[in-house]
Amino acid sequence: MIGLQHYLTLSAMLFVLSIAGIIINRRNLILLLMCIELMLLAVNFNFIAFSRYLGDETGQVFVFFILTVAAAEAAIGLAILVVLFRTRRSINVEELNRMKG
Amino acid sequence: MIFEAMLFYLFAAIMIGAALGVVFAKNPVHSVMFLVLTFFNSAILWLMAEAEFLAIVLVLVYVGAVMVLFLFVIMMLEVNVEAVKRGLTRYAPLAIAIALIMVIELIQLIWLRSQDVQVSSSFAPNPEGYDNTKALGAVLYTEHVYAFEIAAVILLLAIVAAITLTMRKRPGLKVQDIAKQVSVRAKDRIRIVKMDAEKKQ
Repeated sequence: MIGLQHYLTLSAMLFVLSIAGIIINRRNLILLLMCIELMLLAVNFNFIAFSRYLGDETGQVFVFFILTVAAAEAAIGLAILVVLFRTRRSINVEELNRMKG
Repeated sequence: MIFEAMLFYLFAAIMIGAALGVVFAKNPVHSVMFLVLTFFNSAILWLMAEAEFLAIVLVLVYVGAVMVLFLFVIMMLEVNVEAVKRGLTRYAPLAIAIALIMVIELIQLIWLRSQDVQVSSSFAPNPEGYDNTKALGAVLYTEHVYAFEIAAVILLLAIVAAITLTMRKRPGLKVQDIAKQVSVRAKDRIRIVKMDAEKKQ
């Protein structure tokens, strides 16, 4: 019988995988953003599982707001990325070590 | 019950595999495609947890909008893949070690500790005629209406910020400036010079 613990385990695996992704792909800014999205998905999994387990919709409302904020964050992050690429011609994190624009 | 469990494990396995693909794919475009697969499978899993509204929102907002945005940006930037991926092997053992330690700790926490407190892990069935979207809407527009308005403002902020960041003013572009056109006076443009008429020779 599938229950709370299965969903929590799945979410833990997804979260850990995204942490590994951030460490491995720490040069590529786009992949870092994608790993953050994956991490938010893992958190949302926890919210949904507990919301279903406790029979309380508040957790799902929270997921709704997380999705909204994550969409806004992705849009602004990608806009910053585009501006960065225009001025530096690179999105390698290790080359972005000057504060002068 | 058995069929449901089989479906859960199938979609969970596809999701974890796709997440592995996101992390380890060589090409960023493949990473985005794997991320789309991950979101799609998690939407299916949310459907199985009877969170129908959020599952549809995940597909529409994430797969339909955010992932397409990622794809646009990746294709627009034309990043040199080889140059960016150089450091993969150096940090991979560290990352895998950290991931293994964390996942073992978390699974231990979830499975072993919950045996002590005697929680029943399975989901209670929803009452007859339960409508997830309706229930969510009823809570969203009453209890959490301020948060809802703030979310709307955050989205507006994202639009404004993204446009102002990426808008580029090219020098030498011929555009109308309405304010300048309206504020023009005749005396700024033409100068009337009084001259005596010249005699015919």
